[in-house]
Amino acid sequence: MKLLRLGCIVAGLVLLWQGIVLATGAPAYILPGPLRVARALLSHWESLLHHAGTTLVELVGGLLLGTVLGAWSALAMIASRPLKSWLLPVLVVSQAIPVFALAPLLVLWMGYGMASKIAMAVLIIFFPVTAAFYDGLRSTDPEWLELARVMNARPMAVLWHIRIPAALPAFASGMRVATAVAPIGAVVGEWVGSSSGLGFYMLHANARMQIDVMFAALAVLAAMALTLYFLVDWAMVRIVFWQADTTAREKEVES
Amino acid sequence: MDGNDGGSRSPGERAASRAPGVFLERVSFGFPGNPVFRDLDFTVPGGQWTCLIGPSGSGKSTLLRLISGSLREGFSGAIHFGGHRSHTGLTAWMAQKDLLLPWLTVTENVCLGARLRGRSTLETRTKALALLADVGLGEYARALPGALSGGMRQRAALLRTLMEERPVILMDEPFSALDALTRLKLQDLAARLVRGSTVLMVTHDPLEALRLGHRIHVMTGRPACIGEPLVPPGSPPRKAADPEVFALQAELLERLEGGTDR
Repeated sequence: MKLLRLGCIVAGLVLLWQGIVLATGAPAYILPGPLRVARALLSHWESLLHHAGTTLVELVGGLLLGTVLGAWSALAMIASRPLKSWLLPVLVVSQAIPVFALAPLLVLWMGYGMASKIAMAVLIIFFPVTAAFYDGLRSTDPEWLELARVMNARPMAVLWHIRIPAALPAFASGMRVATAVAPIGAVVGEWVGSSSGLGFYMLHANARMQIDVMFAALAVLAAMALTLYFLVDWAMVRIVFWQADTTAREKEVES
Repeated sequence: MDGNDGGSRSPGERAASRAPGVFLERVSFGFPGNPVFRDLDFTVPGGQWTCLIGPSGSGKSTLLRLISGSLREGFSGAIHFGGHRSHTGLTAWMAQKDLLLPWLTVTENVCLGARLRGRSTLETRTKALALLADVGLGEYARALPGALSGGMRQRAALLRTLMEERPVILMDEPFSALDALTRLKLQDLAARLVRGSTVLMVTHDPLEALRLGHRIHVMTGRPACIGEPLVPPGSPPRKAADPEVFALQAELLERLEGGTDR
């Protein structure tokens, strides 16, 4: 059902696209039609695949590293109040500086290779993950904590068995946002300086007036981002397995 | 696993001989200009079920928190348990909300205390399964709480409280979110399972207090006063249709009203 709907949306957009091309009579070097782009996709698939591979590694690497760092900093802020009061302003400042502005610096410091792009993706992913997870950890139902206190629970056990699971739904929504914005980091990094990746390939095609190839690269990027998003979403639904359970079944069972 | 091994007898019965009372001496608690208790003296006799009834906001839940030790700061006076000075390891707490963790199975929830203390053993699990079978939740042992109805969830919460094997059980309106029939059933079950423990239950419901309490205290006013106990005849759980329960219900309501007028 979900796939069918997605298919309909994509088909609708393609039709709209074709409609605009027909209505405006735009030349192919301004706005190529879907068919032309599909042809470009087929004729350039080898280099597209190569560059997509680069971008994919950057994305996945950024996601993994950003998630781990984000989760750890949220945990650290919960565990230690002094650390929180120092880390939180740093986080906010890091978000106040646009990643776009940082991109040239990162490329300067970390080189044209993957490291600078992964760093960009991490910078973008880090914040939503930290913010969402920290919020979740902070808002544990106080009655659960009270129950644990009366049970003489060990603090680590409370964290592990109550606070972290209780924060997972918030963490999952942070992850979804992070996955949706991660490609921005990677692509901007590639624009600023690289010799590989879909962002680089788009600029390269643009410079040579191969607008159809540029669109093909864009389509590949979109497909990749969507797939990644749905994979993360699928994984998150399984991680917070009890959520679907409570909402769907609560009404059904009444004995 | 069938349930005749230890678990099906009420854990309270084993604690019966040693269940201590709870003694509050000159307890004061409150916020500046808004005292909740002032020099409150109150005794919960050991091994009995005491009910505390009163209007909302009279400080009943606060009293439970003081006894359970979850409110540790800002009060003066003394709270002790027979010979024991500290609440540690003596109290168990059951709230109006079942507080089941939705990511743990019913059995894991029932064993939560042991898990949080890092002392989860096969015996705790076996005992939990026996208790679950005893209260008719055997087939839900591996289910998530989301699959349970309100009454079943509260039954599981009751078992979690019992698994603590604490001599003093503090209940904060544990049955008030349930429908009437489920509530009656759960009251009977609770009365059977906690027999012999010291219970202090806060409730809004005069009928509930009369069915379950050996003694019933009315708590009113601010700073709160706790009145002389009403001791209904017979032993709990009393039948809801008992004419004496009806008569006492009227008296109890009167005492409540008298308290709020003052």
